[in-house]
Amino acid sequence: MTEIKQTTKNAAPKPAARKAAGKLGWLGPAVVVGGLLPVAVLVLDGYSGALGANPVQRVELQTGVLTLATLGLSLACTPLRLLSGWTWPARIRKALGLLAFLYAALHFLVYLFDKGAFTGTFGVQTVVEDVLKRPFITVGFLALLSLIPLALTSFRGSVKRLGFARWTALHRLAYLAVVLGAVHYWWGVKKDHTEPLIYAVVIGVLLLARVVWKGKRKVMPSPTISS
Amino acid sequence: MIPESDQPHTDDQHADEQHTDIQTPSIQTPVRPSMQHPGEAPNSRREFLRTGALFTGTVAALGGGLELLSRRPGAAAESALPGLVGQAKKALGPYDTSEPVTPYAQATGYNNFYEFGTDKADPARLAASLKPRPWTVKIDGEVKKPMTVDIDTLQSWFPLEDRIYRMRCVEGWSMVMPWLGFPLSALIRRLNPTGKAKYVQFTALLDPKQFPGQRGDVLAWPYVEGLRLDEALSPLAFMAVGLAGRVLPGQNGAPLRLVVPWKYGFKGIKSIVRITLTEKQPQTTWAQSAPGEYGFYANVNPKVDHPRWSQATERRIGELSRRPTLMFNGYADQVGSLYSNLDLRKNY
Repeated sequence: MTEIKQTTKNAAPKPAARKAAGKLGWLGPAVVVGGLLPVAVLVLDGYSGALGANPVQRVELQTGVLTLATLGLSLACTPLRLLSGWTWPARIRKALGLLAFLYAALHFLVYLFDKGAFTGTFGVQTVVEDVLKRPFITVGFLALLSLIPLALTSFRGSVKRLGFARWTALHRLAYLAVVLGAVHYWWGVKKDHTEPLIYAVVIGVLLLARVVWKGKRKVMPSPTISS
Repeated sequence: MIPESDQPHTDDQHADEQHTDIQTPSIQTPVRPSMQHPGEAPNSRREFLRTGALFTGTVAALGGGLELLSRRPGAAAESALPGLVGQAKKALGPYDTSEPVTPYAQATGYNNFYEFGTDKADPARLAASLKPRPWTVKIDGEVKKPMTVDIDTLQSWFPLEDRIYRMRCVEGWSMVMPWLGFPLSALIRRLNPTGKAKYVQFTALLDPKQFPGQRGDVLAWPYVEGLRLDEALSPLAFMAVGLAGRVLPGQNGAPLRLVVPWKYGFKGIKSIVRITLTEKQPQTTWAQSAPGEYGFYANVNPKVDHPRWSQATERRIGELSRRPTLMFNGYADQVGSLYSNLDLRKNY
């Protein structure tokens, strides 16, 4: 919360900054369009046959990586804002978070399709068994579950309805989701762990940055502006 | 909680909204650029262009960045077809499947061959670095006459035949492969094993110059596989030197590979340089690398799951929905008796 006050302190007295913020209207739509670009490429590749010999597996993998990437980017917003003093990262955080949820949902749908949940008779049973019996699937499923309340409370007015403290507490689920997601990626890979390792390290740094920041705040409490 | 009164008051509704965004982690949908421009000052044209450029740049940076992070190389362009070495098949043999053969482009463009790289497209992309001629195969261990033989000589010992086999990968996908080669049993008999020989061990080429994947330690190189002698003598066990009537492409294991269609694909060791008859069970690469997931036998078995996924179904490459996986990949009649005294759940 001190974090929030800090922002208020930085941003409130500067009308110039506010004016600049007003000019950033293009940023949100750009993030949404840019964030959805891989979907368009996937669809085009699907039509042209460029998805390769096993398109289902390919889309499954790519939507999974996209989930981790967008979730990681959304978690980079706050450290970036605190480090740089820029306010624009805060403006795109929600869009990145929602993109992550969209990709997670797509990833899960492709997985359901892959297992034949929509067509075959063995599909649903396989999925239930997978989720219950296989830790690799279990953690991925839990990551998706923990993203659902975040997506549902990302709309206008959610903060007000829940109260800021409760909303913030709820949205710490993002940390759980990203850690489970990284574990899911790590366990899902057959042998070469280079990429899962990169994601794990980046995510670790982003989460550690928060711990460090919190520790610093305790040592040097910043002045409050609330009466 | 931040009391409402803490929020700085602003004179215009739009700015107020923007500001709330920064305070609370929720971000409102920003006003579209197009809505800002009408009626703005003389600079609006320049402003519009600037915004347009920033918008496009951000879309390209984020979209391109995500694409770069997540995209996996698709199918490689079809490489030049190697020369024909065999005749097209006239009638199906007793071991052939009549199922439609996987298209050549997919059979040679979607491969697991970690010596080139872990991506399915790596083998086709990098296969040119493998030089399958000249090539020798060392034959040693429990044989009457150990030797090193040139691949062309070895190949000339046997009449080449076609075998259309199902191939089931441990990852849950399958193909139908039109191999060209000779039965392994014919080779073993010619090698004259001693009475002590119980197993056959195969070793693949170790050469990081030809196999870029061997520059990393994804697996313990060289790749080693093995069979029980009676498995090796099964009429199904096959040594392939060609595919679809052509010389075996590098990505499929040129110049000589093992094909054991009732076992998961990783048993089919590629680019073999050494065949050793042994008394003891060979230490095979995947079984050493992840003993809880891959065993020495690796028989296709829909009832014994991989720890991380079910083996009950598979996707035939080219099809969208899955099909049930068959016991011993559908070759139970030919090989089932080899395992009548074996607990297949323990000996996966």
